[in-house]
Amino acid sequence: MNEYFLLVISAIFVNNILLAQYLGNCPFLGCSKNIGTSMGMGAAVVFVVVMASGFTWTIQKYVLVPFSLTYLQTIVFILVIAALVQFVELFLKKVAPPLYKALGIFLPLITTNCAVLGIAIICQRKDFGIVKTLVFSFASAVGFMLALLLMAAIRERFEISRLPQAIKGTPAGLVMAGLMSLAFFAFQGMIS
Amino acid sequence: MSVLWKEFSKGLWKELPPFRLVLGLCPTLAVTKTADNGLGMGLAVIFVLTLSNLIISLVRNLIPAKVRIACFIVIAASLVVAVELLMQAYAYPLYQQLGIFVPLIVVNCIILGRAEAFASRNPVMPSVADGLGMGIGFTLSLTFLGALRELFGYGTVFGAPVMWQSFKPFSFMIEAPGAFVCLGLLLAGMNFFSSWNARRKGGPDAVVVRSECGSCGMCSLGEKKG
Repeated sequence: MNEYFLLVISAIFVNNILLAQYLGNCPFLGCSKNIGTSMGMGAAVVFVVVMASGFTWTIQKYVLVPFSLTYLQTIVFILVIAALVQFVELFLKKVAPPLYKALGIFLPLITTNCAVLGIAIICQRKDFGIVKTLVFSFASAVGFMLALLLMAAIRERFEISRLPQAIKGTPAGLVMAGLMSLAFFAFQGMIS
Repeated sequence: MSVLWKEFSKGLWKELPPFRLVLGLCPTLAVTKTADNGLGMGLAVIFVLTLSNLIISLVRNLIPAKVRIACFIVIAASLVVAVELLMQAYAYPLYQQLGIFVPLIVVNCIILGRAEAFASRNPVMPSVADGLGMGIGFTLSLTFLGALRELFGYGTVFGAPVMWQSFKPFSFMIEAPGAFVCLGLLLAGMNFFSSWNARRKGGPDAVVVRSECGSCGMCSLGEKKG
């Protein structure tokens, strides 16, 4: 139990997927204009990341390793993720239209979100079992959502603040991310 | 010839990724701890980008529009696997340094963004020129950022000590926060410089960098399909 608790805390705070491992910057800077959008994006990412890690883990274990095709990992994983995203989109459209309405526009963007492929590959490189993979990917995605929401909250505030022309937009977003990352950096002392 | 030069050179300044076209930020932030890593990553991206542009522009008329993204991803992924194998064979220490960011080249928006915005609409030679120019621009940016962070973070450039004896390394620069702040300030500096330059020439105030992630074109993909 303790082990899983540590895994969750470290994935959310200490090794935050975005602020400490630099994965998923495009949506972080692009979809953080307001809290509603980032909430939708974050939820979609959590959903897809957990499913993608589960699927890729299964494929790695039962297809790639037995047939010694592990060198095809990258290409197989990205195809699985792309197919999965399409499938999830169709499924939601049919089964849960309200959910589809909320998450729909974010789903196609997620294929190229490096956090999804990144988390799947990290799980493989760390040799996690299936339970650990699912827990870790869920926690990482929650960490991503947390960072996205915080960023959106800050950005809504500085839309109305007076900034020099040159630093408006992405530069300010990046500096902001740096300061947030500094704050999250403090968590590193927590687990040693 | 001049057309090719135009396509090639726009990647070096006018649309320099990741500074002018904000594309591919994740590797930019992650692998620029040292100039060496930045250069290595850049070379891998040049390889993948040039060849993917070449292949995509060769088969651009054969790919149905509906499945084009899937096709681009397969082409890019095959090239990335080739790079991974090559790096494992000839540059293993670098491969280990770059870690998961080598396979992640496949989701780097530069590759898909250029495929979608350029290679799928243009003949072969301009596409290759575009890929090469963008790749070289990306490499230069990464190397520059890497050198800057390495200089302050370790007091070296390409591993060679350059700072004075009593210099205390500023380890903020090589950690994650430093990466974000450093890139943010560089972008702001670029914006400031270009608007200053435009004003000096008496032109209209420069267009501020198209710094939304929209330049990768990914965000519009979902809408077009539906």
